[in-house]
Amino acid sequence: MLFAIAWRNLWRNKLRSAIIFTSIAVGIIGSVVSDGFMSGMTDQRVNAAIANEVSDIQIHNPAFLLNGEMQYQIPDAGQSLKKIESIPDIKGVSLRMKTSAMAASANSGAGITILGVNPAAERKVSNLHALIIEGKYLSVKEKNPTVIGQKLAHKLNLELGDRLIVTLTDSSGTITSGAFRIVGIFKTANDRFDVANVFVNKKDLSNLIGYPANTGDEIAIRLKTNNQTPEAMKALHHIFQNEIQNKEIVVRSWDQIQPLLKSMISMMDYFSYIFLFIILAALAFAIINTMLMAVMERTREIGMLMALGMNKRKIFSMIMLETIFLSIVGAVLGLLISIFVINHYATYGFDLSSVAKGLNYIGYSSRIFFRVNTNFYVMSMVLVVLIAVLSSISPALKALKLQPAKAIREDI
Amino acid sequence: MSIIEAKNIYKVYNETKVPVNALNGVDLKIEEGEFTAIVGPSGSGKTTLLNILGGLDLPSKGDIFIEGTNLKDLSSRQLINFRLHNIGFVFQSYNLIPVLTAKENTEFILELQKVPKKERMQKALELLEAVGIADKVDHKPGQLSGGQQQRVAVARALASQPRFIIADEPTANLDSRSTNELLEIMAEMNRKYHSTFIFATHDQRVMDKAHRIVTIDDGKIIGDETFKGR
Ligand SMILES: Nc1ncnc2c1ncn2[C@@H]1O[C@H](COP(=O)(O)OP(=O)(O)OP(=O)(O)O)[C@@H](O)[C@H]1O
Ligand SMILES: [Mg+2]
Repeated sequence: MLFAIAWRNLWRNKLRSAIIFTSIAVGIIGSVVSDGFMSGMTDQRVNAAIANEVSDIQIHNPAFLLNGEMQYQIPDAGQSLKKIESIPDIKGVSLRMKTSAMAASANSGAGITILGVNPAAERKVSNLHALIIEGKYLSVKEKNPTVIGQKLAHKLNLELGDRLIVTLTDSSGTITSGAFRIVGIFKTANDRFDVANVFVNKKDLSNLIGYPANTGDEIAIRLKTNNQTPEAMKALHHIFQNEIQNKEIVVRSWDQIQPLLKSMISMMDYFSYIFLFIILAALAFAIINTMLMAVMERTREIGMLMALGMNKRKIFSMIMLETIFLSIVGAVLGLLISIFVINHYATYGFDLSSVAKGLNYIGYSSRIFFRVNTNFYVMSMVLVVLIAVLSSISPALKALKLQPAKAIREDI
Repeated sequence: MSIIEAKNIYKVYNETKVPVNALNGVDLKIEEGEFTAIVGPSGSGKTTLLNILGGLDLPSKGDIFIEGTNLKDLSSRQLINFRLHNIGFVFQSYNLIPVLTAKENTEFILELQKVPKKERMQKALELLEAVGIADKVDHKPGQLSGGQQQRVAVARALASQPRFIIADEPTANLDSRSTNELLEIMAEMNRKYHSTFIFATHDQRVMDKAHRIVTIDDGKIIGDETFKGR
């Protein structure tokens, strides 16, 4: 019957309880929605980075990673590609030639990375072909085509159809220049990527700098879904066991290539938990205050129960249960509303276009799809109960301190 | 053996500040089945004495034996348990848990005593019927009159099958009709279940029903009369 008493006591002072329910609900909604938003931003950034920039897994010659010189190519690239393609989860593999270069237009210049790719293979690895905002993607039919980022086009004051002059070192170590015609302009969510990367056909780049067209410095691998990365990594390590041991190649997953992306995800999670905890800790004071008031109002009643022979453990439980109910009602209310809000924005996204300019610069696009882990919901509930139990201690102790003979005499 | 034996009880409130000598050497024996009124002017120490007899408060000096158990020898935890199983209480007001119905209030004490559910319900209903509110068992205290609330309190006190029931001015908040009814019920329970009642009162009508009247003044017993045949 303790449960019944505690539960019904909740509704004795409806306004006071409602205030606590609302505060807890609002606190929970605030932290869940902010977690959903932040996770959504992070996911989007990570997915975009994988789709457009890094791909799931990359393979290099370790020496190439150290100094970026094209002479450190992937040994026996053609054979390697075949082996990789045999892994079942692979969606696409692209062998790229990659080097740094100077890009110039009639009136300005910029340091860039030039990537020679096979368009058909590259389409399966990178989503860039879908992000062409003007013109079209590379094709092997044209002569010396290039696609560049919108940001670079602005910087160099270039337009579709203009010529981009690149200066770079060829296979013999001499500086050489080549001209590419801009057939497409792309725009990812990451301005820094857009300003630094230029894509050309690998055979054109090969002609310019003298490395055979079937060689390359980078193998980019895209998986069917990106949660298969660990298995794919395992398979690759198995296939290239010897090469890895002899330090001929390194295989790295997206989170190793850009560790910041990975740490961003865990940082956001920590952030959300800290935020939730701070909110609930602040609410604890409101809960304590409400329960202290309830105990004081019921001095005679509690004294009467003690007189009848209700022991301290039961009195303590009664107050604690009431505190837990008080908190849980608010939490459940808050969680239900949160789930509703999160589901809505998980499906339709949340439009941030008014502030998107700044966001683009740091690699976000303007529509955020919220995501909240089930873990976070569970943890909020656990935290609420924990906070409620802690908050009940002081009111319950106050109740225990009552002396039945005195409490019954008290006039209220 | 007497149910209650109080030996040379003294009670001093505020011993350290301004001491109030509420009881000054009270000796009292209560036998099983008695229907005793403690009377005396306001401030004479009636409530103090009942609280001490009921184990709600400890005397400053002296001993209380309840069927041979000296209350002094019990730890505070044992004392609570002792009250639960041996002493029934009816207070002047705030007797009931406001959020529970009459039936639940009566059952509650049985639940504390760990009586099985079925038995609890049966007993609660039987006693509520005995005190005449069978039709109001599902009402909460707020939906009952003062007299009905006190009857529920009596039913609850009886439900726990205590050795005796202490009632401190149980009729103080009642009109004369309800007072009569409550006294009738208490007297009937006394006859029917042979329950021992000790109550404090100012009320002449209540005194008239008592089988024994103990008069107290200034913390001392100054009169003790028994009326055979009431
Ligand atoms: N907690 C307390 N602290 C100090 N003095 C107290 C306390 N309780 C009672 N007293 C004093 O002890 C004396 C006896 O009080 P008690 O309540 O026992 O009298 P009573 O006979 O029940 O009076 P009433 O008829 O008004 O209920 C009074 O002088 C009272 O003021
Ligand atoms: Mg009194």
